[in-house]
Amino acid sequence: MSVETPVAYDSKVEGNVVFTRLDAAINWMRGNSLWPMPMGLACCAIELMAASSSRYDIARFGAEVMRFSPRQSDVMIVAGTVTYKMALAVKRIWDQMPEPKWCIAMGACASSGGMYRSYAVLQGIDHLLPVDVYISGCPPRPEALLDGLMKLQKKIMNERAIEDQKRELVENL
Amino acid sequence: MDDLIAKLEAQFASAVLEKKTFRGETSLSVKPEAFREIAKYCRDVLGFDYLVDVASIDHFETEPRWEMVYELYSMSAGVHLRLKYRLAEDEPEAPTVSDLWPTANWHEREVFDMMGIRFKDHPDLRRILMWEGYPYFPLRKDFPLEGKPSEVPEVAFTNVAPLAGGPFVTAPTDGTTQVREPRARHLPPAPPKDKFIAEP
Repeated sequence: MSVETPVAYDSKVEGNVVFTRLDAAINWMRGNSLWPMPMGLACCAIELMAASSSRYDIARFGAEVMRFSPRQSDVMIVAGTVTYKMALAVKRIWDQMPEPKWCIAMGACASSGGMYRSYAVLQGIDHLLPVDVYISGCPPRPEALLDGLMKLQKKIMNERAIEDQKRELVENL
Repeated sequence: MDDLIAKLEAQFASAVLEKKTFRGETSLSVKPEAFREIAKYCRDVLGFDYLVDVASIDHFETEPRWEMVYELYSMSAGVHLRLKYRLAEDEPEAPTVSDLWPTANWHEREVFDMMGIRFKDHPDLRRILMWEGYPYFPLRKDFPLEGKPSEVPEVAFTNVAPLAGGPFVTAPTDGTTQVREPRARHLPPAPPKDKFIAEP
């Protein structure tokens, strides 16, 4: 004689269970613990540093853990002028970052070459990497960076984490 | 100041081609073949112990095309001296002074990198700003600002930058920021000042 236990109610875990889609849960976790790879190449990096200081406090969005190893980071913040000499180094670091990864082009130079229409400057990091968020400004204020970060979080919330990962898994098999 | 210059001119009377004084700064144009000797004399006898900068000028379409400029300073006397000499276009080779002032090592590498002037007996004449294998000398007047495509696999590449009618230049004027705003050369000139509504 079997005893039926109700699934929906358990007095021991009452109030501690939340039902959600796995996608939403994973995206929520990813979006709120974005570890940046600070690719500080010029004056934008100063604003990037200011964004992690107490006044602007990038930690409110879970992105305060600047990782100087690409293997531990999720989002590359390209802050500054990318010269051709530096470009392939940026690309190499990007390639070393594990999936899933995102890229923020911070400021005019990283987005489009900015005022440097010259022989030495790459005209936008999007010639080399897929960019998720462009931030305007020269340099952008920390608030603008935080706004860009929130835009990226919104974008991550709409990703189909499981489905994309499954497809990649199947492809790898 | 003047006695140092006079001493130099007396010692190298035949090698000094021109002397210019402007706002208390003295520039001496010298013969290229005598330059190294003069530099050595300046350092050892006249006490110019500090080489502030080494620069090069491209007098495009005039001959001789290249000009080297050395800024000397004497710490003890507090005197500034500028030495110049010209080089012909086809053989841009200059004597090194990196053995006299070690700081000249990197300065001369920069001149070589940007202008393509070679330095005889330089201990380490490599490019310093651009990468090894970059085929051009970008500060020459006949090199376009937007660059030229180049490729060194695994090291670096360059493409032509979109100038969109630029370079954007500003005209000398006492107008407002709107008048002074840099404009592309192909655009019509800025409207006259009275067309602007906002005056600061």
